Amino acid sequence: MNALATHVPILVIATPLLGAFAAPLIAKLGRTTRVAFSGLIAGLTACFAGLLAATLYSAGGQPIVYVLGGRVPLPSGLAVPVRIMLEVDGLSVFMALIAALVGALAVLYSVSYWKERSGGALYDSLLFLLIAGVFGLVLTGDMFNFFVFLEITSIAACGLIGFRAWRKRSSEAAFKVMALYTLAGLLVLLAVGLLYGQYGGLNMAFLAANLSGSMLDRIALALLLAGLAMKAGAVPMHMWAPEAYGEAPAPVAMVLVANSQAGLYALFRILFTLYGVALSVTAIGWILIVMAVLTILVGVTMALVQSDIKRLIAFGAVSQIGYMLLAVGVGFAVLATRPAFGLAAIQGGIFHMINDVACIGLLFLAAGAMVRAAGTRNLNAMGGLAHDLKGLTVLFAVGAFALAGVPPFNGFASKLIIYESTFRLSPVLAIVAVLGSIILLAVFLRAFQAAFLGPRTVGEAGRVPWTMTLSMAVLASIVIGFGLFPGFFIDKLVAPAANALWNGQAAYIGAVLGGG
Amino acid sequence: MTFVGNLPFVVSMLLVCLGLYVLLFKRNLIKMVIGVSLVETGINLFLVTLGYRAGGVAPIYTYAPVGATQVLPTPQALTLTSIVIGLATTALLLSFAILIYRHYGTLDVTEIKELKG
Amino acid sequence: MSKEMSVIVRTITRLTYVLTIVFGFYVIMHGHLTPGGGFQGGAVVASAFALFLVAFGTAGLKGRLNAHLLQSLEEIGALTFLALAFLGIGTAFFYNLLANSGTVFGVSVLPGPNPGLLNSGGTLPLMNWAVGLKVMTGIASILIAMLVGSRKEAAE
Repeated sequence: MNALATHVPILVIATPLLGAFAAPLIAKLGRTTRVAFSGLIAGLTACFAGLLAATLYSAGGQPIVYVLGGRVPLPSGLAVPVRIMLEVDGLSVFMALIAALVGALAVLYSVSYWKERSGGALYDSLLFLLIAGVFGLVLTGDMFNFFVFLEITSIAACGLIGFRAWRKRSSEAAFKVMALYTLAGLLVLLAVGLLYGQYGGLNMAFLAANLSGSMLDRIALALLLAGLAMKAGAVPMHMWAPEAYGEAPAPVAMVLVANSQAGLYALFRILFTLYGVALSVTAIGWILIVMAVLTILVGVTMALVQSDIKRLIAFGAVSQIGYMLLAVGVGFAVLATRPAFGLAAIQGGIFHMINDVACIGLLFLAAGAMVRAAGTRNLNAMGGLAHDLKGLTVLFAVGAFALAGVPPFNGFASKLIIYESTFRLSPVLAIVAVLGSIILLAVFLRAFQAAFLGPRTVGEAGRVPWTMTLSMAVLASIVIGFGLFPGFFIDKLVAPAANALWNGQAAYIGAVLGGG
Repeated sequence: MTFVGNLPFVVSMLLVCLGLYVLLFKRNLIKMVIGVSLVETGINLFLVTLGYRAGGVAPIYTYAPVGATQVLPTPQALTLTSIVIGLATTALLLSFAILIYRHYGTLDVTEIKELKG
Repeated sequence: MSKEMSVIVRTITRLTYVLTIVFGFYVIMHGHLTPGGGFQGGAVVASAFALFLVAFGTAGLKGRLNAHLLQSLEEIGALTFLALAFLGIGTAFFYNLLANSGTVFGVSVLPGPNPGLLNSGGTLPLMNWAVGLKVMTGIASILIAMLVGSRKEAAE
């Protein structure tokens, strides 16, 4: 058991990779074997992620370092850590739990989602590759390794967005999204090259220890900010988001939300752990805050005019990225003076990450079931689904109200923390955040009324398969559970993660370079 | 820091700007793919140039001249990885371009506008 | 195109594509000694395959290769790579268990300029072969798919 706990960081990444490589071979043995194999891989990955979390929390939050290819990162006689390593701290483990959750639920939902044309082994392969890429993004401690996993997630995501090649719009969306994702990855690569040329090393802890605030460092930061904001979907680089989320199959859209949040994770990691107070934090913090405010406003405004249910939820997802960016931006802007509300803002933003993935995931899965039952994606053509699909009605309502910040769901808990802490920095921010929530509530009320209430406009809607209902029920239970007991989950999950950002730079560096 | 000494960096940034221009202002899908490829080439050139040490030989131990400085091998490994990723990206982009041509009958990006809003 | 390529193209292709494949294998095999390795050698072999496709079209492949065989070989290459990475899991993932060990590819070589011994490197040459196989068959599958895909649209 101890050996397993030592190697569990790499097992979390290697198991979905194994699933991706072996899925087409196993699929030759029949459909049941393929489904069983996918379930096995997804379950194993979730268990490994849980084991990783347990190991980290029992060690008191001290970052775990796993070196690939050797025992120590610094072979004797060398001044720079040369080996690629995984470095896991509170925030990484939090994101890994999110990724494990969406990965397992996406696999479960996909079992019966494909109605007319079977997804087959290639779909499973791409999905596992995407999940492995997201795990790699959040667990790695090396900048170039981070770029490689970034590109893996881009390629796998675009393959899945354009998977339904018989639809015109899927190919168009996939092309645009691929071009933008590649551009984002190349900006990140340019920044990594600049940092390597200056300091001679690629390890994140090594760069954090040696970083000074010179001109080239600021150019690298600007490039990283642009690239990662493009990946996360913040305005003004959000153009790919409605098409990507709207054209992807419903379970893939849920994993794409986790993918965008991994981009946000990377941004926070670079700002807090890599750069820290080496720069003027107020200026950069305010840039983040302005971008976040724009994202919230553009997201909810564009969602008002949508008639396609999936694009509507996609714009909702874009606006929620704005909330997380706002909260952590406020925390970063006050990093120099360290008032207590800065830590509270970061906690709110990180808590909102898991709440957002649960709510938006639930909404996307419900939308997939709705489209499947009604046969159309246009809200104006749907109607009266509540007569036949009562469970789906309740689940959609739970997700929509939670996202809009209605108590007692989890969205309310995290948004309250965000409102309170951003109010301390500037009241305008809190007003914008509350306004965004109100408009989002209006948007989802309209969608709910159009799709579920009123007379039946389509024929007898079929039943929703039990695997789809089960995955939605798991997300709904998280939504309700986190809403009823927020304090418990904040203490266990969010506080170590926020602490890793706020106070954790020294521990991060010390775990690799050995003290001091 | 002479201009001639920095010429490789300047050229690689020129390639990146050229690729961005093509990606933003050309209307044919295949030309956009070429633009992405140009940006990748520029960045690969930039990465390889980072490792250059004046008077160095290739970083290979087989039949290497004794006592010579070698250029840094790490940027070459980074560039190789980037080339492989570029291959996968270009293959995917071109496949989607083929699919778009089959559905829409045109490669002009201003006419492929089913997704709006 | 329904017309075939000319006699000159077909004859030269028949002469050179085998040589190119052998050169590609050489580049893969000596990846730990001279410039090259898995991806580079695999790309050379795939370019020989591309030459073959241009000269003879998919008609030349009938009876020899099909997409399923290529996909299975690709999976085998990928799984071999993962298996080799797991081989040294006793110490760490990707640990080079076979280097300096006296078994296959295990002869020790001191660092510094040397004439280059093929029998060294540990798991590196084996991983080169796995990656080379995957790249070869992967690029070949992409080329066949693109050729068939653009043919179908011309026929519609």
